[in-house]
Amino acid sequence: MGSEQIDLRIAAVLEQLRDLPGALLPVLHEIQHELGHIPPEAVPAIARALNLSRAEVHGVISFYTHFRTTPAGEHVLQVCRAEACQASGSRTLEAHVKARLGIDYGATTADGKVTLEPVYCLGNCACGPSVQLDDTLHARMTPQAFDALLADLEVKP
Amino acid sequence: MTRVFVPGDATACALGADAVAAAIAEQARARGLDIELVRNGSRGLFWLEPLVEVETATGRVAYGPVTPADIGSLFDSGLLTGGRHPLALGPTEQIPYLRDQTRVNFARAGVIDPLSIADYQRHDGFAGLAKALTMTGQQAVDVVKASGLRGRGGAAFPAGIKWQTVLDAPADQKYIVCNADEGDSGTFADRLLLEADPLQLIEGMTIAGLAVGATQGYIYVRSEYSRAFAVLRAAIALAREAGFLGPDICGSGRAFELEARLGAGAYICGEETALLESLEGRRGLVRAKPPLPAVQGLFGQPTVINNVLTLASVAAIFARGAAWYAGLGCGRSLGTLPMQLAGNIKRGGLVELPFGRTLRELIEDFGGGTASGRPVRAVQVGGPLGAYLSADELDIVLDYEAFAARRAMLGHGGVVVFDDSVDMAEQARFAMEFCVAESCGKCTPCRIGSTRGVEVIDRIRAGTAREQNLILLRELCDTMEFGSLCAMGGLTPMPVRSALDKFPQDFGA
Repeated sequence: MGSEQIDLRIAAVLEQLRDLPGALLPVLHEIQHELGHIPPEAVPAIARALNLSRAEVHGVISFYTHFRTTPAGEHVLQVCRAEACQASGSRTLEAHVKARLGIDYGATTADGKVTLEPVYCLGNCACGPSVQLDDTLHARMTPQAFDALLADLEVKP
Repeated sequence: MTRVFVPGDATACALGADAVAAAIAEQARARGLDIELVRNGSRGLFWLEPLVEVETATGRVAYGPVTPADIGSLFDSGLLTGGRHPLALGPTEQIPYLRDQTRVNFARAGVIDPLSIADYQRHDGFAGLAKALTMTGQQAVDVVKASGLRGRGGAAFPAGIKWQTVLDAPADQKYIVCNADEGDSGTFADRLLLEADPLQLIEGMTIAGLAVGATQGYIYVRSEYSRAFAVLRAAIALAREAGFLGPDICGSGRAFELEARLGAGAYICGEETALLESLEGRRGLVRAKPPLPAVQGLFGQPTVINNVLTLASVAAIFARGAAWYAGLGCGRSLGTLPMQLAGNIKRGGLVELPFGRTLRELIEDFGGGTASGRPVRAVQVGGPLGAYLSADELDIVLDYEAFAARRAMLGHGGVVVFDDSVDMAEQARFAMEFCVAESCGKCTPCRIGSTRGVEVIDRIRAGTAREQNLILLRELCDTMEFGSLCAMGGLTPMPVRSALDKFPQDFGA
């Protein structure tokens, strides 16, 4: 997508949502949904449209872990680190996932396939350990099941 | 035409319900059988998911846990007439786990199509709203007071008193805000309610709006709950179309509008003032109180902010009466609490009970003990800020005051079971680590204290100046408890201290 096209998409989102009370989070969600991330170049336009300072917009983007300012890998893998999953063996799973992908949280595999993120609870606490791959939640995840999931993605870490 | 139910909520789908539903549709088509496939929400019996139900002449019967490979043999055995099969569980409502519950918030969960107004109405839906429309604001607030309903988000503040404050506050615009930022590990009741019976929440919030004179409501759903958010948005659109929301509710001339908003991955936004900041489009920083949100809340206006279960309860309280609701429970904990059995548990799921039963009944009778088959060693109740209980404390009564008396908390009803392989020093460290990750950073005890807490626990675990560091950790816990602005820093010491007190051997004692 060219930068002109990106500007047009951002302008369209702002036009649609700018009048909502407390519009900033809905705007950021929509831009990330459209573009996959919130490019730093979008900040001035958002600030102008919502009558905020650029610092305020940047402050909000950087506060919330959901928002990203650079593109993620082809797939985003979230591993639940919270207590209910810990009780079901998530610490072993977590170590296995990091070793298999060869990366730590917050990083993307060298081939750009998978971005690994921690998550604190996916609300699937009776059937953990839980991981979420893109939009799909997976229950009772084991190291073996994870390898199968990875094989499906044809990832070469 | 036979109705077949396959849950479409997050947990059932994570266990393969979509593939099961597709296989059922395919088999029915291949065999020329006429079925209506309904994607209900789970009944909350998660260890049996995917749980397939069939509506027969003698009522609903259940099969589970079903995999796509079972579908052929299920049809061969007469699935559509409730035929015998190794996966058959008999009449759904007679499954002891479900039969032995008292369901108020979850009475319709799994029973109805979550996105059918007609289904909802056939099961008492909007009966509470009809009554509320005949009342004055004060009469409606009095109903909530008489019910004894307390906030289900964790703090257990009497809902009626909060509502009275908002009713009494003069303002041109008031708001109802629903806190659906269910971030506590071990909890999923809000999620299940949104996915299985979202109209109940919409009805409860509309009643709240009528009671206090608010015409706009917001539901703040965490971004991790994308499925719940989608179901809720669809339910709001349906309710508006049917005249249960909008400028003229049920032809009464009274208005209430509702909008669902998405969080963005910040646990702290479950704290009510941080949530309001987030809704206003800012960083989720906690506000100092006073002013209370009931006086100056969203956009500076008087605001009722309640948890999903609190607002959903209101629908049933109005439909069936405050006295009926207050007749459930014990002491000052009235009504029911949907408990959530999670972690290392054989039969995990949602168990709604009146207050007054014991944790042992919940874990042993309903839960069947640990999934690993090893002995229970620790149980964390009330989320990541709740205390760890030891195996000899399981006879504690499920009631707010009984937990408070033991320096523990019932919170939002999450129960996370650990077996004897747990290292409680590691759990204490995690409590601090979680606070590091999720502190909003506004106050020092929480922001810095949690980082120091991780370091001190690391030194204790490494055996470095152990005695001195244990004293330091206690003092740090005191500083965080008494010096923090909100419950994030204020309650993080609770799991830490409980681990220290009850499991000293894990800290090298």
